[in-house]
Amino acid sequence: MAKWLVSGPPILFLLVFFVVPSLIMIVTSFRFPGEFGGLAPLVAPAGEVGGEYGLTLEAYQFFLSNSLYAEIFLKSFGVAAATTLICLIMAYPLALLIASSEKRFRNLMLLLVLLPFASNFLIRIYAWMIILGPESVLSHFLNTILGVFGIAPLTLLFSPFAVLVGMVYVHLPFMVLPLCTNLEKHDLALLDAAQDLGASSWQSFWRITWPLSLPGVFAGSALVFIPVLGMFAVPEMLGGTGDILIGNLIKDQFLGTRDWPFGSTLSIMLTLAVLSVAGLATWFARQSGGMKYAE
Amino acid sequence: MALLEIRDVTRRFGDFTAVNNVNITIEKGEFFTLLGPSGCGKTTLLRMIAGFDLPDSGQILLDGINIVNMPPEKRPIHTVFQSYALFPHMTVAGNIAFPLKMSGKMPDEIRSRVRESLDNVHLSSFANRFPHELSGGQKQRVAFARGLVNRPRLLLLDEPLGALDAKLREEMQIELINLQQEVGVTFVFVTHAQNEALALSHRIAVMNQGNIEQIDEPSKIYGFPRNRFVANFIGKINMMDVQVLEATYSHLKLIVAGLGEVTAPGKEGVKAGDKGIMAIRPEQVQILHHAEEAEVKGHFPGKVHDYLYVGNVTTYIVELANGIRIEALLPNSTAGRAKFFEVGDSVVVTWQHDASTFLND
Repeated sequence: MAKWLVSGPPILFLLVFFVVPSLIMIVTSFRFPGEFGGLAPLVAPAGEVGGEYGLTLEAYQFFLSNSLYAEIFLKSFGVAAATTLICLIMAYPLALLIASSEKRFRNLMLLLVLLPFASNFLIRIYAWMIILGPESVLSHFLNTILGVFGIAPLTLLFSPFAVLVGMVYVHLPFMVLPLCTNLEKHDLALLDAAQDLGASSWQSFWRITWPLSLPGVFAGSALVFIPVLGMFAVPEMLGGTGDILIGNLIKDQFLGTRDWPFGSTLSIMLTLAVLSVAGLATWFARQSGGMKYAE
Repeated sequence: MALLEIRDVTRRFGDFTAVNNVNITIEKGEFFTLLGPSGCGKTTLLRMIAGFDLPDSGQILLDGINIVNMPPEKRPIHTVFQSYALFPHMTVAGNIAFPLKMSGKMPDEIRSRVRESLDNVHLSSFANRFPHELSGGQKQRVAFARGLVNRPRLLLLDEPLGALDAKLREEMQIELINLQQEVGVTFVFVTHAQNEALALSHRIAVMNQGNIEQIDEPSKIYGFPRNRFVANFIGKINMMDVQVLEATYSHLKLIVAGLGEVTAPGKEGVKAGDKGIMAIRPEQVQILHHAEEAEVKGHFPGKVHDYLYVGNVTTYIVELANGIRIEALLPNSTAGRAKFFEVGDSVVVTWQHDASTFLND
């Protein structure tokens, strides 16, 4: 009884603000768009003949018939995968350092990792616009060097590179935290044992530390990959006209073109894609030895 | 040539001297034990042999070669850790194969060696289990197998039986002795449990506060402790303050305050007037109802103060005339009988003179 009292409010909250909207979205994806945006009525108004009313698969047909959307999906997955990989490569050594340092420094360093969250997300992205902008110290410095070798000056801002930088910057803490949580629980005696039994530090890392950290790697990767897939602010502000990702596309359907059924269809396809990626990742994690002992 | 020679090894942590000028020589095939209370430096010494710690001064020679500057992974010395430190993400077979893989053995050889090793520790049917699926004793055996599989010159064991319950511990002790005889690898065993050390070792080094107090065979350590610390640390012992009255090569005449004269075996370097302790093990002390039964002269009247029945033996505490309490251990050879004396009984205690030891202060 007490269990239900405690878990009741969050369940109710999710029901009202997650399950119901999701159902609305699913229904919306099968409806016709309204003439001036929004949705056409389900039932024809009295006296109207013809017109598009009721339910349809039109939005899905449109999505599947145009390869442009598949390309944008693919590109978004590529950006998400690249961001995840770069975050992992950058976060792992940092997480190792934090996890292996003394407890009082550890908390301080974790605080520093989280500190960027104290300032507004948009302000931080604007800061990157300045850093990468054509008049920035970085651009000047880079282009001066490139000039020496006779290479044409580069534009850093409004490029896929800028999008990637922004994505990595925003999501890095989400990789560091789960990795730290995992790595600090590692039994250091295992590394002593590995070394004692003849393993070099490189071998100890790949045979002991890395496989044991896989749960942290998977958790961090999910926390980076999934939000990057849906992110629209970063490509919109740092990317060029060609750097549209699914997030931008969906946002445009609702706020720009106002084609709600198609926007809903894109959202559902994105959700399905994310779920299948997450499902695959879980399956892989189960297969690898690293997770077996943890269960 | 000795297999391992520890020469003048000292290790300090700040002002604290963990290991103080220690010299030990260990022969090939030996089961050698470092015994001492926690903080005596035995684990520090073990870590220096394994290579995880460096001595501040001194040498550690393996087959006559100084290995102090050799990293742990290069030393042909493996360790069985107190916590076992089994790799949780590898199966039993994977754990045992690890040192073989690290030394670059061929897959065929690894397979056959792992199989052989699993046989040795009776775990053949557990090859594909993970460590968390094993009992404490099984984990222990995997740790032994992993330490031995690549045939190290030396196997170090850091209180490996500490986590097991008493019955299992006894079983593992017997298994460990057999295993060591089978594989013929030299063992250096660290423990604070004196009965374990006595049961397992060929030789024992008793350590205290970074110093070696005595290195000897178990029966010598127990029977002829060299000083008060060793006597006290190994087993139970009765001690009485004494003064030497007369010292000859064969025996010592000692005066116990308030009790009178006792005789103890002669000891080198002891001279009349020395003060010290007469030590006698409880199982060497006899209790009699009447003085006439005593076969030796030198017996002391007392009263049974208390007794403790523990099944196979009963410990009696007898208060002597001078107020000293002496413990005597009597086997319970008659079934169903817990005691031969009652509290308050007037008795006589006596012991064979050669069973006692005089220890200088």
